[in-house]
Amino acid sequence: MIRFGHIIISIAFFLIVCGAASGVERFPPPDFESGYELPSPTTPHPRRNIYEYIDAVVLLAALGLASYLGLKKRSRRAIFVLMVFSLIYFGFWRKGCVCPIGAIQNLTLSLFDREYAVPIVVAVFFLLPLVFTLFFGRTFCAAVCPFGAVQDLVLLRPVAVPNWLESGLRLFAYAYLGVAILLAATGSAFIICRYDPFISFFRLSGSLNIFILGACFLLVGVFIGRPYCRFVCPYGVILRQLSRLSKWHVGITPDDCIKCRLCEDSCPFGAIRVPTAEWPARDYDKSKKLLALLILLLPILILACAWAVSTGGDLMSRTHATVRLADRINLEESGKVKETTDASAAFRATGKEVKELYAEASNIQAEIKTGSWLLGGFLGLVIAIKLIGHSVRRTRTDYEADRAACLACGRCFEYCPRERVRLKETKQTVGDGE
Amino acid sequence: MMAENKDNVTRRRFLRKGVWGACLAGLGGAACFLGTKSRKNDTVWQIDPYVCVQCGNCATYCVLEESAVKCVHVYAVCGYCQICFGYFGPEPLDINEGAENQLCPTGAIRRTFVEDPYYEYTIDESLCIGCGKCVKGCNTFGNGALFLQVRHDRCLNCNECSIAAACPSGAFKRVPADKPYLLKRVDHA
Repeated sequence: MIRFGHIIISIAFFLIVCGAASGVERFPPPDFESGYELPSPTTPHPRRNIYEYIDAVVLLAALGLASYLGLKKRSRRAIFVLMVFSLIYFGFWRKGCVCPIGAIQNLTLSLFDREYAVPIVVAVFFLLPLVFTLFFGRTFCAAVCPFGAVQDLVLLRPVAVPNWLESGLRLFAYAYLGVAILLAATGSAFIICRYDPFISFFRLSGSLNIFILGACFLLVGVFIGRPYCRFVCPYGVILRQLSRLSKWHVGITPDDCIKCRLCEDSCPFGAIRVPTAEWPARDYDKSKKLLALLILLLPILILACAWAVSTGGDLMSRTHATVRLADRINLEESGKVKETTDASAAFRATGKEVKELYAEASNIQAEIKTGSWLLGGFLGLVIAIKLIGHSVRRTRTDYEADRAACLACGRCFEYCPRERVRLKETKQTVGDGE
Repeated sequence: MMAENKDNVTRRRFLRKGVWGACLAGLGGAACFLGTKSRKNDTVWQIDPYVCVQCGNCATYCVLEESAVKCVHVYAVCGYCQICFGYFGPEPLDINEGAENQLCPTGAIRRTFVEDPYYEYTIDESLCIGCGKCVKGCNTFGNGALFLQVRHDRCLNCNECSIAAACPSGAFKRVPADKPYLLKRVDHA
């Protein structure tokens, strides 16, 4: 078991360590007469840094390739192959860690905790997909993210989700992002990682509950395209907004839309927007009134949501270990419970003042309370903007991919007759004769 | 095309470009911030042996089937006792070396005779499950030469360590990857 190289390394390490002093010594180590030499404990090294950098390079290459394949090459098959590669590399080989979704929390923590520094690779993993999305749309989701890939693979019988339901369910992703940021900022928990549904699938080990959660997502994913990406993914929420602004974006048709309606049902993610006619004057007036009402309601909605969420602040603060410990100690001090827990016993062994702990806990509780007001306000704003978005209609002349919702998977390409023309599969007649 | 809408389109485009630029600048700013506040080296999880209370969570909460936490023996701290309380269960009235008194649930500690009256204790890592029973015994009655450490040949370095989340004493912390172990030190050196 004991490897020779490790022994040498650990002896060297040990000589350094031996300088300082501490520890209990009830039985002085013996002076051996038989020439016995002290073995050293082995210290196997973690994965070397260079591999982390390789991961970052692979990410960059995969993002570049995904953008090229989606926007330039327009090949669903190539995107699919890259997607499978990403699933194997980032999912099964790298076991789903580091991922940009979880990196949100590390970044948040580093913003709020002065002592916490993010490893540079984690920062790169967080920023690179955002930058690419700002230029090329959500090509990260299409072919690089292992979460997307595993769901994309099981999508066999896509069912359309009505627009209002999709929009409503998506609120969960905004809430999830908000709660994750709040809990990461206060150092309570990294819930995105804790409730990551596919991680135990990638590792083939881990908590059974999470495994079941992942299985449920995959089962639902057979019918509803990428449920995690659309309704849960907190990183997807950020990508959506950046994708709206993206400089270039995958299009359904390589050149001009001929409004043949062939692509209408091709998107399993409901991201294709159909042409809309000009509004009748009556509808227009009605929606103008609705819009005015909604804008007036905006502050009320924000305040109401902020209040509603803030009532759950105490519940959220229970995710912080210090708050839980203070609660427990309080129960024990007041004599409501007799037996101690591991945590309370450990606390008492440190000899720290109970008051100090209470102060620390109430501090954290106050922070989370403030945070929950902000979180509620944010959710109110999201709801208001959603409602406003639904009451405003844009005129659209062509079939277009909704920039925010489009995952750049390239499924619609082959439905477009103009694409066939581009690939010279059909003669240059489709749509030209009109 | 869209001649009457031209002004509108330009305004929208202008706004769009502005927001796009702002986003890019924001990402640049974030990159700068992270550049100043990031570390070159990764960090890894490790247990501070002086804070650990040997609750046994390490054996059960790890995402791996067999925990990444194992017992480590620092021989320089060890007293080489004949009756080791990490090896034998504490039997205050009837302390003897009978095999039935062995503490380790998996028999991961090997005991070999060195010279009278000293015995060497070696951890077989392939059997150790990181329950910390021996650690508790050694810390309570002995020198504390046995303690739990995250073994980095096994640890997946999860962003949020499941054991850390369940640790009652907050003994888990992130340490720089180039110094990944917190081994106990010796005070007679």
